[in-house]
Amino acid sequence: MNIAVCIKQVPDTTDVRIDPATNTLIREGVPSIINPFDMYAIEEALRLREKLGGKVTVISMGPPQVTEALKEAVSMGVDDAILLSDRAFAGADTWATSYTLSMGIRKMGGADVILCGKQAIDGDTAQVGPGVAEFLDIPQVTYVKKIEEIDDKRARVWRMTEEGYEVVETSLPAMFTVVKEINEPRLPSLKGKMKAKSFQPTVWKAADVGADEKNIGLNGSPTNVVKIFTPPVRSGGVVLQGDINEAVEKVVNGLKEQQII
Amino acid sequence: MSDIEIIQDKCVGCGACLSSCPYGAISLHDNLAVIDDDKCTLCGACVASCGFEAILLRKDQVEKADLSDFKGVWVFAEQKSGQVQSVSYELMGEGRKLADALGVDLSAVIMGHNIDQACQELVWRGADKVYAVSDPALEQFCDEPYAAIMADLIKEYKPEIVLGGATTIGRALIPRVAIKARTGLTADCTALAIDEERRILLQTRPAFGGNIMATIICPNHRPQMATVRHKVMKEAACDKSRQGEIIKKAYGQSMLTTRTMVAQVVEEAANAIKLTEADIIVSGGRGMKAPENFRLVEELAKAVGGAVGASRAAVDAGWIPYSHQVGQTGKTVAPKLYIACGISGAIQHLVGMQSSDCIIAVNKDPEAPIFKVASYGIVGDLFEVLPALTKKLQETCGSK
Ligand SMILES: Cc1cc2nc3c(=O)[nH]c(=O)nc-3n(C[C@H](O)[C@H](O)[C@H](O)COP(=O)(O)OP(=O)(O)OC[C@H]3O[C@@H](n4cnc5c(N)ncnc54)[C@H](O)[C@@H]3O)c2cc1C
Ligand SMILES: Nc1ncnc2c1ncn2[C@@H]1O[C@H](COP(=O)(O)O)[C@@H](O)[C@H]1O
Repeated sequence: MNIAVCIKQVPDTTDVRIDPATNTLIREGVPSIINPFDMYAIEEALRLREKLGGKVTVISMGPPQVTEALKEAVSMGVDDAILLSDRAFAGADTWATSYTLSMGIRKMGGADVILCGKQAIDGDTAQVGPGVAEFLDIPQVTYVKKIEEIDDKRARVWRMTEEGYEVVETSLPAMFTVVKEINEPRLPSLKGKMKAKSFQPTVWKAADVGADEKNIGLNGSPTNVVKIFTPPVRSGGVVLQGDINEAVEKVVNGLKEQQII
Repeated sequence: MSDIEIIQDKCVGCGACLSSCPYGAISLHDNLAVIDDDKCTLCGACVASCGFEAILLRKDQVEKADLSDFKGVWVFAEQKSGQVQSVSYELMGEGRKLADALGVDLSAVIMGHNIDQACQELVWRGADKVYAVSDPALEQFCDEPYAAIMADLIKEYKPEIVLGGATTIGRALIPRVAIKARTGLTADCTALAIDEERRILLQTRPAFGGNIMATIICPNHRPQMATVRHKVMKEAACDKSRQGEIIKKAYGQSMLTTRTMVAQVVEEAANAIKLTEADIIVSGGRGMKAPENFRLVEELAKAVGGAVGASRAAVDAGWIPYSHQVGQTGKTVAPKLYIACGISGAIQHLVGMQSSDCIIAVNKDPEAPIFKVASYGIVGDLFEVLPALTKKLQETCGSK
């Protein structure tokens, strides 16, 4: 079975802090990581390979430094990695990103299963997985928390919903976007780390994947960012220290006055 | 090819752009900003931050579709078992404002089976028109036919704006529709407005885990599409005297075929009070220390008739199921009263609850960031505070 995993390198947003004086992002020392949700996608791909045999390829669109993320995936045990990197890809919104990734996957010769993270933690859009599926004209199941049964033609998976989950059957090839309930990602192995050390991904530019320049990068992106600002902070109210019973009394009286209870 | 450039004559080396760049791609050399092409993603954040118009982001001229054909605001109305979901009524409320600002009709699109009552409800909630597609094959949400039909309706009727809920269904469906319609989509918007001069939709959303907000436009493609999270907008009022037109559409087998099939639906949270619908929510975090201590949260919730929520730390520890998680990767809530117990107030938690009307925080650390957003903060050990608060509230609510 051929399995492709789309992974994105993102700034670790837990480390992003706002400078209270200037109200801007403090980014110094913020490391780049593989999008956490994509780690579950890599792990699931490796498990599918262990069960069914075949090959796992990770693919990413981004600047040359993404090589680091791809090497990390190799150290976890993926077989191959492709980097779609071209200045012309820069500025892509989810439309152009989905297009570019789908062209890369086509050039790879397609895949039986394509895995994405549920969403990326920098943009949080959750749009690229379904977008790639649409460009490749394959079915999709989003928010997958379990692959219950799979062979080379069909799969039966659990899709998480607001109320619980649904058991969904699909033909392959298909796109699954995964949530963190699906597994526990493994740590890199020593052998994997050795392999990663000398590993270099295949790098494809726009022309290599036959991408139409009207559809890539900033040019291919229907949306534009016009303004970036720090969110207005909600102003706090009273903070009560000292005697707990007094504090509780004050709070409950306040709630009564405001007719909240 | 599009590109970005520092206009050296205008750059004063103030460095404002350095801190605006989410990718660390700008540095100062000899008092001039320099952009590292290998890191820059052309996101444009620096352009907005520069007070001297010294950064030029060039986008090649793209062929512009004729936008004047596109008119009206649409809401994708989500239904389950024939019931319109409340997130869709919130979108109707917001859609009405946008439609009025543009002086156009507000329409709803609904797919399902036996949806006559749902269509009527949508008219009462402000729809001038309802496009209804009823078929047994559409009873439950199904990615491919829903996307095909939605895209076809857009092609036929040409709305200028399409809104959908950022729900499990909306986040699966709307991206596929946007690709088919060759147009932009902005996810998880928290504010929508019309730039009346240009007649375009200003879509504001959080990014980088809620640390920054971005306003996004879709200037040259139509429709302009956006998803909005549950509980961010106010529901449209129900006015049973309203009149509207219901347009029934039917589609043939080729549009209804699907390669996925739902074999079973399992409801886990059916009996509990739904988190996103609750007026009062009591949430517990890592400060609860152990799963059995969630009893204190449950008792407090019971005393005020509220639902139980949690931080991700509590969910990750396995103390309570994910369906209770509030925050960036959980649910957005906006109850009248939110009580946070043993929760530090990380930005990822705050983005999911800070628009609550009133927030009470209980934490033993006076420096905890949660106190910055709390209407009432109680500094103290929750194992003492919660029982005292529960007792007081029981007395108060009981004596009403
Ligand atoms: C991509 C991403 C997405 C995320 N999404 C979410 C999300 O959706 N929701 C979410 O909640 N988090 C989310 N997080 C995690 C978030 O960054 C925080 O780690 C998390 O919210 C912390 O939970 P907490 O406040 O319960 O725990 P902690 O930060 O450990 O805080 C525990 C608090 O309890 C207090 N405390 C301890 N003992 C007591 C006591 N006896 N009495 C009173 N107070 C006590 C402590 O002073 C402390 O302030 C996300 C993170 C990432 C990277
Ligand atoms: N530039 C990219 N390269 C590879 N995969 C990506 C890229 N952007 C997004 N993805 C994939 O799409 C998922 C959803 O991303 P997003 O739509 O940005 O939230 C991620 O978890 C990745 O699996």
